[in-house]
Amino acid sequence: MDNTLQDATLVSKYIQGDEQALEQLINRHSHRIYSFIYSKVYDRDVAEDIFQDTFIKVIRTLKAGSYNEEGKFLPWVMRIAHNLVIDHFRKNARMPKFQGTDDFNIFTVLGDPSLNAEKQLIKDQVENDVRELIKELPEDQREVLIMRIYKDMSFKEIAAKTDVSINTALGRMRYAIINLRKIIEKNKIILTN
Amino acid sequence: MANLYATNSSETKKLKPKKETIRFLLDYSRALRVTKVKDKAFETIIN
Repeated sequence: MDNTLQDATLVSKYIQGDEQALEQLINRHSHRIYSFIYSKVYDRDVAEDIFQDTFIKVIRTLKAGSYNEEGKFLPWVMRIAHNLVIDHFRKNARMPKFQGTDDFNIFTVLGDPSLNAEKQLIKDQVENDVRELIKELPEDQREVLIMRIYKDMSFKEIAAKTDVSINTALGRMRYAIINLRKIIEKNKIILTN
Repeated sequence: MANLYATNSSETKKLKPKKETIRFLLDYSRALRVTKVKDKAFETIIN
């Protein structure tokens, strides 16, 4: 009974602007309220969130002067917590959360095909390096390689454009690749992704 | 002598919110101002 009276006193002190009164109220009842929430949700983080939301509601109601249940502070807070627990389960029922188990993890089936930032940087770097290496090739080979790889032209089109036979275009492409490999080996360049 | 089999589990003893959560609530309370105009309440967070 004494405790209830003290709660009522602390509540009115808090409404009058005594912030320490709130600290006392929270410390006095945190264990009971938190345990109540945890006993329903069985998750520390969720319990922490609901506990926080409960007291945010308490603070807002008290500061707005809308509290009119003097002497019944704890049951009032418990009711708010209870309602928030129900809200939590309603929300989860609408959006069920899939939790993987040790036997099956959804992320082994669902992958993100896009490269992460590091791999994208490496890819860009490799492509830049290759462009620089292509500049080292003889003109005729470079021309064929650019048309084939970057412009996606067929060897028939390349042959027509450079006014050579298809076999010559194919040969130039072959030498372009061989020479690129030689430049890479000679300069000990590592191209990886 | 009878053994006491029923003991409080350590889990029950530890069930308290984090200090950070309580600190947040106290800071939130200090920062919150509610101004009532007629039947409307306006909330302001003062940093």
